[in-house]
Amino acid sequence: MEAEAAKYIGAGIACIALAGAGISIGTIFGNYLAGALRNPSAAQGQFPNLLLGFALAEATGLFGLIIALILLFVV
Amino acid sequence: MAGTSNADGGAGIDPMHQFEVHPIIELPTIAGVDTSFTNASLWMVLAIGLSSLFLIIASRRTSIVPGRLQLMGEMSYSFVANMVKENVGTEGMKYFPFIFSLFVFILFCNMLGMLPYSFTVTSHLIVTFALAATVFLLVTLVGFARHGVGFLKLFVPSGIPVVLLPLLVVIEVISYLTRPVSLSVRLFGNMMAGHTMLKIFGGFVVGLSSAGLIPLAIAPFALMVAFTGLELLIAGLQAYVFTILTCIYLNEAIHMDH
Repeated sequence: MEAEAAKYIGAGIACIALAGAGISIGTIFGNYLAGALRNPSAAQGQFPNLLLGFALAEATGLFGLIIALILLFVV
Repeated sequence: MAGTSNADGGAGIDPMHQFEVHPIIELPTIAGVDTSFTNASLWMVLAIGLSSLFLIIASRRTSIVPGRLQLMGEMSYSFVANMVKENVGTEGMKYFPFIFSLFVFILFCNMLGMLPYSFTVTSHLIVTFALAATVFLLVTLVGFARHGVGFLKLFVPSGIPVVLLPLLVVIEVISYLTRPVSLSVRLFGNMMAGHTMLKIFGGFVVGLSSAGLIPLAIAPFALMVAFTGLELLIAGLQAYVFTILTCIYLNEAIHMDH
């Protein structure tokens, strides 16, 4: 297989990281919603934590994107 | 930013073009470092200038009943002050000026990057890595200054079997050392991915409408409007996340409740 082709395949495989990011973002918002419906009065206080968790989870997907970009433009 | 900045018929739109650094004022190379004033420097100067101007004007004529600008200035101050107090405690207020400047700088860089035809400084890894490395150095220095060699206890979790210790210490050290990487890549990745996505959708709009399929171009255009809103949210959120993680790291170094 040509090195060029392997590069593109690798970049595509690196995008599987998005599956993990999707699962984690869904878990965070789902659990927040479940908790907020049980105790709506406490929901507002946990909103910053929700955003923090969202950003942390989203970043793991972006690490995969970085790998893809490194494969495409640097290697 | 709107994808039309290099619209040469639609097909030739390069979504990476927006990240190119080019010199505005050519300056000589000193000791192997190109000191040219680039568009990146220009937008950094703009971010610092505008944020300073905003805070100076906001705090110039203070009154008990604040005006709009004074209210915005006070809100940004108390927002960061509360974040530091909640996450680090009152001892952390010593580092408040640093954390506040960090927050305002990243926020202004992100928000200025949302202007069409502008340049997003934080979409360059070297900029975010410099910021993250500063945070990392500060946290490490504060930790060693306050606890001396005892700061190394941060890497030894308490209440676990001795057999597991060698493994866990290695994991703790690695996770500590990757902090500047994850901190910088998070901000860089979010900004770069978002702006690339906007440009790609902008390319769809230009490509479809130049091919005479204007009704079809409405869908990517609507998506672009929605994504621009999302990007504005991300711009604020990432500034917040960067700052709050700085607070969390600082808290660990100061209190070592680990």
